[in-house]
Amino acid sequence: MIKAEGIYKRIGNKEILRGIDLHMKEGEFVTVLGPNGAGKTTLLKILAMLTKASAGKLTIGGVTVDDNVAKMRGQIGVISHNSFLYDKLTAFENLRFYGEMYQTNNLKERIYQVIDEVGLQYSLADPVRTFSRGMLQRLSIARAILHDPKVLFLDEPYTGLDQHAIGILNKVLFKLNKDKRTIFMITHNYEQGLELSDKIIIIYKGKITYQDQAKCLGPREFKQLYLEQVGGKQ
Amino acid sequence: MNSKLILGRGHHILGGITFAMIALAIYLVFIWVPADAKLGVSQKIFYFHVAAAWVGFFAFFVVFIASIIYLKSRSKKWDIIGVSSAEIGVFFTTIALITGSIWGRTAWNVWWNWEPRLVTTLILWFIYVAYLIIRASSTEEEKKGRLSAVFGIIGFFNVPIVFMSIRWWQIGLHPVIIEADRVGLPTSMLRTLITSVIAFTFLYFYLLQKGIALGWLREEVNSLKSKLREKFD
Amino acid sequence: MNFLKQIKAIVWKDLVSEFRTKEMLSAMLIFSFLVIVIFAFAFDPARETTRAVFPGIIWVGISFAAILGLNRSFVAEKENDSLLGLMLTPADRSVIYFAKVIGNLILVWMVVLISMPLYFIFFNFQWAGSIPILALIIFLSTLGFISVGTFLAALAANTRTSEILLPIIVFPIVVPVIIAAVESTAIVLGSVAHGGLMSWLMLLILYDVIFLAVPFVLFDYVLEV
Repeated sequence: MIKAEGIYKRIGNKEILRGIDLHMKEGEFVTVLGPNGAGKTTLLKILAMLTKASAGKLTIGGVTVDDNVAKMRGQIGVISHNSFLYDKLTAFENLRFYGEMYQTNNLKERIYQVIDEVGLQYSLADPVRTFSRGMLQRLSIARAILHDPKVLFLDEPYTGLDQHAIGILNKVLFKLNKDKRTIFMITHNYEQGLELSDKIIIIYKGKITYQDQAKCLGPREFKQLYLEQVGGKQ
Repeated sequence: MNSKLILGRGHHILGGITFAMIALAIYLVFIWVPADAKLGVSQKIFYFHVAAAWVGFFAFFVVFIASIIYLKSRSKKWDIIGVSSAEIGVFFTTIALITGSIWGRTAWNVWWNWEPRLVTTLILWFIYVAYLIIRASSTEEEKKGRLSAVFGIIGFFNVPIVFMSIRWWQIGLHPVIIEADRVGLPTSMLRTLITSVIAFTFLYFYLLQKGIALGWLREEVNSLKSKLREKFD
Repeated sequence: MNFLKQIKAIVWKDLVSEFRTKEMLSAMLIFSFLVIVIFAFAFDPARETTRAVFPGIIWVGISFAAILGLNRSFVAEKENDSLLGLMLTPADRSVIYFAKVIGNLILVWMVVLISMPLYFIFFNFQWAGSIPILALIIFLSTLGFISVGTFLAALAANTRTSEILLPIIVFPIVVPVIIAAVESTAIVLGSVAHGGLMSWLMLLILYDVIFLAVPFVLFDYVLEV
């Protein structure tokens, strides 16, 4: 589904990514870990076609990503620790806006569908500025899956979530995984990562230093491995 | 990039030529060329005023070109050229404005006149300042170069339109005043003027080389700092 | 067609958001009113000289109100990083640019519509002129001002001190618009001989074309992540 070859990214003087080769099959769930500044978010931005790599080739769904990138963005959904939502609009208006931007079919039904999935059906007419952090994140999830993307990117989605919201996020991720959606998640929460994903990747100083099936290791062994990989830095 | 390479023999030769040209210009202006019949010796500031204004505009043209190339290539070299040219340009533009004001005072007894070229020079000054303030307000290195380059391009397109609009405005108000000083220069004055302009242009390139070398030095220091930071983190 | 639908969606979103609280619109209106009153104190409306500077007073007021509105068009997108959300959609970056220009224009036109009569009232200026031509002048001038202003607002939103930076970078660039607007308004209001109205309008059109085209090309660079 996603093939990244030799992705290299340089910003100013710094080499953020030094040759990333990544292959994600359709329906695969990949969790990416690594210390801050390792280049994880930059990689996500490149894969989500928000920014261009300095060098390397990216293919999504068999199509090479070049400058005519806009149309391909419809296949991608992104959930970040920021909600991308508009405080003054209601939940419904926010979803309708994004639905129109993505030219989603049957927008109204789809909105009701996703709002049910994240359990916010009673808050549809409330302005987003009244939402709690957990509700914001759940609405953000609804926003991201509204246009039924084939690939979902998550950047530290668990930050600041309560148990209820974590539960809903995991439920949604599990369902998406079953529906053969490809998922790429950055998190520091490796226990969730190990449990939910098919593959674990560690990125350190712009390179992939570890890549393997998630089921191979238990949480304690993984923590050991991770600390070894990044030289004791957390 | 080794700053020694930039400030090597070539730079010293350029320095020598610049020194000679400036000396020649000073000689021509103060000793050789006769004083203006009407205005007297004080008119001579005109030679430096025009030269300074020329450098101010030329430097902005360089900023424009450097901005375009930087946006395409993202090569640090062109960002350094752009900002160095801007720093020199704003300096010469300031001189042009001050000498223009002094000249106006001696020629027409006004500290400021709304002559189109002078006013355009004033707006150019503001554009330079805006360019430099954008750089000062930017939080990251990458943004600094990119945003100021974009502004450099917009600013350059603006300058001719500003000139046109002020000219028409002035024609509406004072139909006669525009060409009052360009009746036609006697050859000696023309030669002096051209020498002065060429001398200032050499000075510009000499200062630009120094500015670029300084820019690279800054880069070196910053990259050493970040390498150290990585090591000791 | 999608292009237009997306622009409409963004413009609608911005206007609905604004009309929920009307924060910006009221700030712009009150500011315009303040400018009118302060200028009325500064320039005695009874004097003949005030009649001559009246077009200038109008455009100073409109410019300052416009700058106020310009800043917020991208600052609102910085909350919750919604600008990133916009950039992730299949819309071209230029869609965002045009939508923001249209949104800002609508707000400015509302302010002009409401404040214009106030200018004439407070300065006891006798209306003698052609409304369609004045409307044309306002349209062309605000278009130029806002198209380059929106672009620079997006640029300034990237910096720490955007509210202070924006006026500094906008004013040198919009000097031609202000001159052309004041001069043509003066001609229409009869303060000045009929002379060069056409040339000023041509200048405005030229400015509008250049400063819609150049930002259109450069907008991607401003929005880079």
